[in-house]
Amino acid sequence: MLSIENILETNRMISDNKLDVRTITMGISLLECASSDGKVLCQRIYDRITKEAEHLVSVGQDLERELGVPIVHKRISVTPISLVAAGSDLKTYVPVAEALDKAAKAVGVNFVGGFSALVTKGYTKSDHILIESLPEALATTDIVCSSVGVGSTKAGVNMDAVEEMGRVVKETARLTADQDALGCAKLVIFCNPVEDNPFMAGAFHGVTEGDTTINVGVSGPGVVKHALEAVKGQPFDVVAETIKRTAFKITRVGQLVAQEASKRLGKQFGIVDLSLAPTAAIGDSVAHVLEEMGISSCGAHGTTAALALLNDAVKKGGLMASSHVGGLSGAFIPVSEDKGMIDAATAGSLSLEKLEAMTCVCSVGLDMIAIPGDTTAEMISAIIADEAAIGMINNKTTAVRLVPVPGKKVGDMVEFGGLLGYAPVMSVGTYEASDFIHRGGRIPAPVRSLTN
Amino acid sequence: MKAMKLVVTVVGVDRVGIIAGVANTLAAHNVNIESINQTILDGMFNMIMMCEMKDGNNLATVQEALAQEGQKLGVEVRAQHADIFLSMHRIG
Repeated sequence: MLSIENILETNRMISDNKLDVRTITMGISLLECASSDGKVLCQRIYDRITKEAEHLVSVGQDLERELGVPIVHKRISVTPISLVAAGSDLKTYVPVAEALDKAAKAVGVNFVGGFSALVTKGYTKSDHILIESLPEALATTDIVCSSVGVGSTKAGVNMDAVEEMGRVVKETARLTADQDALGCAKLVIFCNPVEDNPFMAGAFHGVTEGDTTINVGVSGPGVVKHALEAVKGQPFDVVAETIKRTAFKITRVGQLVAQEASKRLGKQFGIVDLSLAPTAAIGDSVAHVLEEMGISSCGAHGTTAALALLNDAVKKGGLMASSHVGGLSGAFIPVSEDKGMIDAATAGSLSLEKLEAMTCVCSVGLDMIAIPGDTTAEMISAIIADEAAIGMINNKTTAVRLVPVPGKKVGDMVEFGGLLGYAPVMSVGTYEASDFIHRGGRIPAPVRSLTN
Repeated sequence: MKAMKLVVTVVGVDRVGIIAGVANTLAAHNVNIESINQTILDGMFNMIMMCEMKDGNNLATVQEALAQEGQKLGVEVRAQHADIFLSMHRIG
C-alpha cells in the first residue's frame, strides 16, 4: 500500500522541485517516402508524419492530466534526410525542411529533428546537398532541428566535415542574425551520434530503428538537488547513494509515461533517456546540483569530479528503473538552458575550457554556448575538432552547439527564448588554428576502435 | 477499459467540512472512496484518498469539479492516476 509520505513526496517533486518528463519523442522512419521526384518526396514526408503523429500531442496531454506530471515537449525525430532524399532530383533540401516544419506544426509538436547527415567517414552527394542547404533551411523554418555526425570511435574524425561545419555555423548565424543567431541553436555537430536520442536539437531516427518508436526523455535536476540538501556535509558514498535513489524514482516516471504512450499510440516502446535535462528556470539546474555538493560556483576546480559522480550515479540509479535505457543518458550541461550555468558564466567561474573538461565525464558536449560574433569559422571548426577528439578517444557521444552571435561581444547577454533560455557571450581562445583546420582529410580511427 | 485507481490529494489549512466537501464531490461523480488517510503535517491539513473511478467516467470532469470544490474550501485538491505513485515507490 502507498503511504501518505510516498504520495506527498511525489507531488512535492512535481510542484516544488520541477520534476517533469521533458519529452515524448516519436521516431518515424521516412525511408519509405523516397521518390525521384522532389515534390512527391515532400508530399509523402508530410503525409507520413501527419498520419503517424496525429495523436501524439493529445496522448501526451491525456497522460499529463491523468498522472499529474508535466510532459513539457512532444517531438518527432525522423530518418536523416540525407538518406531519405538521396534518390531525389532535388538540388537543395530546403523544400524538405519546409515540409518537415509544416507537418510538425500540423500535428502540434514542439520540434522535429532529423534534418541530418552522417558523414563520420565520408560524404555522399546527398550529404553535400544537405549540409549546403543547412543555413537556409534553419533560417526559413521554425521548429526543424538538424545534426551532422562528423566523427566516431569506429571511423575517426572527418576533418573535411569539421572544416565545413565551422563555415555552416557562421553562415547560419549570419542568416538568422536578426534573432541572435537562433538558427545555430537548432544545429548540433556530433561525434558518435546515437540513433534513439529523444532530445533536441540532436534527435534523429536511426536506420537501425523500426518504422515508428516512442522514446522518452526525463528531467529532474531540481529533485536531485533537493535530495542532496538533506545530506549536507556527508561523504561521497552517501551523495552517490542519494543520487541513485532519486534517479531511480525519476526514471520510473519516464518508464511509465513511455510505456503508456507507446500502448496508446500503438507504437513500439524504444528507450528511456536518463539524462538530467535542466531549464533556465530557478530550481531546475544541473550546476546547482554540483554546487550543492560543495562547489562554490560551477566551473571551479572540483567541478569535473562532482559532475563525474553525478553522471555515473544517475545512470546506476536509472538503469534498474527502465526496461530499455538509451539515447544520451547522462547529465546535460547546456549553458543557456541552466540557471546555475548562466550565473557561473556571468560571474566568470565557468569558462569554455572548463566546459570542455566537463564534457569528458558527462553527456554530450559544448552545448548552447553563445560566443562572440566575430569568432572565425576556423576557430569554430577547431573547437568542434577538439570536442570530436574527446568523443572519439573516449568512445562516447560528444557534441557542439555553439552560437556565434553577430554583433555581440564577450559579456553581452543573448536571449533565445523558451527552453533554449539565455546566456552571456563567453570568450573563446585568442590563438588561431587555421593551418590545422585547412589540412583536411581524416583523423584515423583510434586503436580502441579495433575491438574485434 | 477497466476501472481507474485514483489518488486524491488534499492539502491546505484545516477547517470544518473539507472531508465532507471532497467526499460529496466524488460521490456526485460516481467515484468510490476505498480508503482515507488524513494527518496534520507542518500545521497543514493533508489527506489522501484512494479511490476507484468506474468505466465511462471522465477524469477531466472529476478533476475540474474537485478543483472548484477545493477553491471553495480554500485547499488544493488533486486527482491523479495511482500508477505514478506505484511506479515510483513500488517495485514489482
